Amino acid sequence: MASNQSVISVRDLVVSFGGANILNHVDLDVFRGEILGFVGGSGAGKSVLMRTIIGLIPKQEGSIAVLGTDLSAVSDEQRRKTEQRWGVLFQQGALFSSLTALQNVQFPMREYLKLSPRLMDEIALAKLEMVGLKADVRKKYPSELSGGMIKRVALARALALDPEIVFLDEPTSGLDPIGAAEFDELIQTLQQTLGLSVFMVTHDLDSLHAICTRIAVLSEGRVITAGPIDAMLASEHPWLKSYFRGKRGRLVRH
Amino acid sequence: MSLTATVKAEGLDLAATGAWTAERASELEKIVDDMARRYGETRYVDIDLSGLERLDTFGAWLIERLNRSFVARGSTTRILNLSDSDRSLFEEVRLVNRTTDESEVEPRPNAIVAGLDQIGRAMSDIGRSLVLLAHLLGALTMVTLRIIAHPSRLRLTSTVHHLEKVGLNAVPIIVLSTLLIGAILAQQGIFRFRQFGAEAYVVEMVTVLVLREIGVLLVCVLVAGRSGSAYTAELGSMKMREEIDALRTMGLDPVEVLILPRIIAIVIAVPLLTFIGVIAALYGAGLVCWLYSDMSPTIYLERLREAIWPPSFAVGMIKAPFMALVIGLVACVEGFAVDGSAASLGMKTTASVVKSIFLVIVFDGFFAMFFATIGM
Repeated sequence: MASNQSVISVRDLVVSFGGANILNHVDLDVFRGEILGFVGGSGAGKSVLMRTIIGLIPKQEGSIAVLGTDLSAVSDEQRRKTEQRWGVLFQQGALFSSLTALQNVQFPMREYLKLSPRLMDEIALAKLEMVGLKADVRKKYPSELSGGMIKRVALARALALDPEIVFLDEPTSGLDPIGAAEFDELIQTLQQTLGLSVFMVTHDLDSLHAICTRIAVLSEGRVITAGPIDAMLASEHPWLKSYFRGKRGRLVRH
Repeated sequence: MSLTATVKAEGLDLAATGAWTAERASELEKIVDDMARRYGETRYVDIDLSGLERLDTFGAWLIERLNRSFVARGSTTRILNLSDSDRSLFEEVRLVNRTTDESEVEPRPNAIVAGLDQIGRAMSDIGRSLVLLAHLLGALTMVTLRIIAHPSRLRLTSTVHHLEKVGLNAVPIIVLSTLLIGAILAQQGIFRFRQFGAEAYVVEMVTVLVLREIGVLLVCVLVAGRSGSAYTAELGSMKMREEIDALRTMGLDPVEVLILPRIIAIVIAVPLLTFIGVIAALYGAGLVCWLYSDMSPTIYLERLREAIWPPSFAVGMIKAPFMALVIGLVACVEGFAVDGSAASLGMKTTASVVKSIFLVIVFDGFFAMFFATIGM
């Protein structure tokens, strides 16, 4: 499935806060059509890398190319064009609390596309249904939704413009195992139907086993290894061993 | 990107070509609707997708919408040459937007009913917020009694902290505003009274107004805008982030921990600020009398001494703590009424300021009647 065309390529990236290097010469590729699981200890800088790629955190050194464009080297307009080609699901959903679920999904469409209200309603509703929500959530405000529903609405919003890449920041955290498994399945289905490339920061061993084509591991500011789950399980690296074959890892494997 | 139609004997052939994607969606919508309208009465419709270069959800939905509009008018449709990569997307889109729910068509009630409905809701809101006020006042009384029994439970640090924010930090703005108001009152008085040759009575007028009404009212308005809103926003955001629930689960009473220190602070601060404000207003009035009316400061002070009737001063000062209590209570009630959204925080903060200023004025009216009755 993964052709060797890379949609995100990070080279020699350095990001530091207050003199301390959080990311220390990181190299990473995400290939078209894959689901890349990105793991690492808490505070290792996984979210920092994701936020740097999407441009929320400035980098000190190195280059990041998304869909073939180096975002720090292009004009603002071109940058916005590229930004329309990705969607981001934040950890807490980050839905706009003053808008209803439907309005949240319509928000990017309203900004970037000139659509008739009818088409916008239909597409937004279609997106909500595609992420497994019933039509009656559309008029609800984020404060009236459960955690799992918020994540689904946020995913629908991330998919609003039919992006090519989706960034997911711990999509299954805070969901119960059933909800998390459903969400995994949903991500996989959508990835296949829409032909997405997915960059997923996660701690969820089940997700890593179930849906990730490849896994990249961040430790001490570097990507120490990247490869399919079997390679991770076979690795003798002490951190990988304790991560994938520790007490919790063993439970998941069969 | 286009849709070409070929009319044949037994039906219609539609061929979609190019990129059917989000950027083109509005043009495509027009084309699709146009097609559906023009060839509405066709028995067989074939939609050929072999010429598609790219397809996303927007395009797939528009083709599906075209398809459904033909089906709805009794045509038999076929979708041909769907590529494998688009097949799963298409199947997904075929399932969506199927539910037609009645809630969509909400009958708009007529203007009179809507107006009555709004008035009714507003009334019941007012009633509810009065109940909440009474509720909080009761809780506060209970906590105060408990504190009197065990004075060590009073959160002194917190109280002093709020006292600094509400009282000390407000002094500059209070002094400035009341000084200006005193000056303006005196100036207006001088101009009007001059016509009757009664300029000397300006001092009497300013004194009565400032001591009895203006001083305390102005201070209350400023405190409500400055500190009442801050109380509401602080408590509201704590409520949003479940900090208040956390306090409760630790066995602490939010009224004791959060509200009492704030109320004590405001009840102490407002009378002090009123006193400072009154002095500043009289000072401002003195300056204007000197500048506009050549009344020397010595004479102004002399007249002031005659004009100040101690009960007038008492009237202003007695009102101050009650007004403070009203502002504090309203601010805390509104803060606790905040729910999840950022918008509700803004709404409650606005409500807090508006309601407390309104209630302060209403109470001022009651006080005026009361003091008139007892001859003060």
